[in-house]
Amino acid sequence: MDAIIENLPRFIDAFLMTLRLLVISGAGALVLGTIIAAMRISPVAAFRVFATAYTELFRNIPLTLILFFCAFVLPYLQFRADYTTLALIGLTAYTSPFVAEAIRSGINGVPIGQAEAARAIGLSFGATLGSIILPQAIRMVIPPLINVLIALTKNTSVAGGFAVLELFATSRQLINLNGNATVAILVAVAFFYLIITVPLGQFAVRLEKKVAVLR
Amino acid sequence: MSVLYDVPGPKARRLSLLISIIGAVLIAGGLVAVVLFLAAPRVNAGGVEQPGMLDPSRWDLVLDRAMWRAIIGRGLVATLQMAAVAAVLAVAWGMFLSIVRTSNTKWVRVPAIIVIEFFRGMPVLLLMLFILLVFSTGSYWAGVLALALYNGAVIGEALRSGIASLPRGQRESGLAMGLTPMQTRFSIEFPQAFRQMLPIIIAQLVVLLKDTSLSYIISYQELLNVGLKQGPTTFGSKYLFTLFFVVLAIYFLVNISLSSVARLVAHRTKGGRTRKPSKRLAAVIAQLGGAGVDGATKAGSKPVD
Repeated sequence: MDAIIENLPRFIDAFLMTLRLLVISGAGALVLGTIIAAMRISPVAAFRVFATAYTELFRNIPLTLILFFCAFVLPYLQFRADYTTLALIGLTAYTSPFVAEAIRSGINGVPIGQAEAARAIGLSFGATLGSIILPQAIRMVIPPLINVLIALTKNTSVAGGFAVLELFATSRQLINLNGNATVAILVAVAFFYLIITVPLGQFAVRLEKKVAVLR
Repeated sequence: MSVLYDVPGPKARRLSLLISIIGAVLIAGGLVAVVLFLAAPRVNAGGVEQPGMLDPSRWDLVLDRAMWRAIIGRGLVATLQMAAVAAVLAVAWGMFLSIVRTSNTKWVRVPAIIVIEFFRGMPVLLLMLFILLVFSTGSYWAGVLALALYNGAVIGEALRSGIASLPRGQRESGLAMGLTPMQTRFSIEFPQAFRQMLPIIIAQLVVLLKDTSLSYIISYQELLNVGLKQGPTTFGSKYLFTLFFVVLAIYFLVNISLSSVARLVAHRTKGGRTRKPSKRLAAVIAQLGGAGVDGATKAGSKPVD
């Protein structure tokens, strides 16, 4: 227990780094994922093919491989940046197809009758999309998006294996320094992860129930 | 031609054609830029110019049997071995969790919920480190057990929702026939829940296979480790990019074949249950272009509602 109290500042620093990874790459993935989803459902065939290839590629290779690419192959290709930035690039690239798929399935989940009915009562394209389809789609998209963010929270730990000093890497360092407190340190780190993931998960479940009643 | 807007006139059609062409050119241009960037010669720290990434001198490795023996023979085999053992354990652990999670006794159910939530909310990497350091199992078993614990919790939840979605009469009639609750679970509920949840379970096994690469960080000698950590030291660091490409291709091919099995199974299981959308409906959906409904890809591959 002493090892944790003594090293609390380092835990807090590490926690803030994990949060930073989560927030920045989460925001990046939301933007990139939305663009990919838009390309995926666009009428332009070239965009559709590109977005499909992108999604399939990144969903079928491990995050460790992507972060390895960012941390070691990109510098080898003489792309210079610090490890945190490189990890952010990797996490964003890995998470964006999952965001894209969540958004796409949400939009696809709105029954066709909704659009037909809106058109039948004379709403324009903008009004149909803006006040009929998107409000329903967003509601259905938010719970899966939260699940993607929970997965991202856990995935930030992989960056700890590639020279980013976040919770996982810090726990490794602290264990090297305090070999007698291994279990306590790991439990403390687990606690820090759970205070992000469990509330997010509860929020998603609550939201899902609310949406289920509405539909 | 879409439900969403009026039929486009000649002007709008020309515009959309123009956008299509510009889009295609932009994407092609981006790809060409990437290839040119890779092919450009590099100047290293000592000022010596080295050939670009696509130079044949960097790719003669793919003809080297020793490289394939290391990457496939040791790396891929170790990865698949870890994934296979972890998958079996994960399904067993998932079945166990789904049983205790649906127990009638509060003292069994509540701890099960806590255990499931704990393992689902935990990074697999942290679990691996925990098992490695606390139980001193060695990196192989640390990887296997961590993957089994995490993915088992996910599979357990999938099975539970599969069981919950069965008609209540299934269980009731099993009990009425004189089967014990356990027999009912194993010979009536599980087979149906499994069939229903098979696509999700296989998708989770793809995740498991991908996550075996995490054991690279705790120094297990799997595909990533053999290919990208040992490869450059064995064959020369000028092959780093080549080796990366080979490892990526292997991961991609293995995962995409498993994913396509999952998709096939999903298609099969669904085919029997819900009627497929008619051709006309599929055409209407396709015209919507996804602005409202499933259409951009294959109509009917996903439920419309």
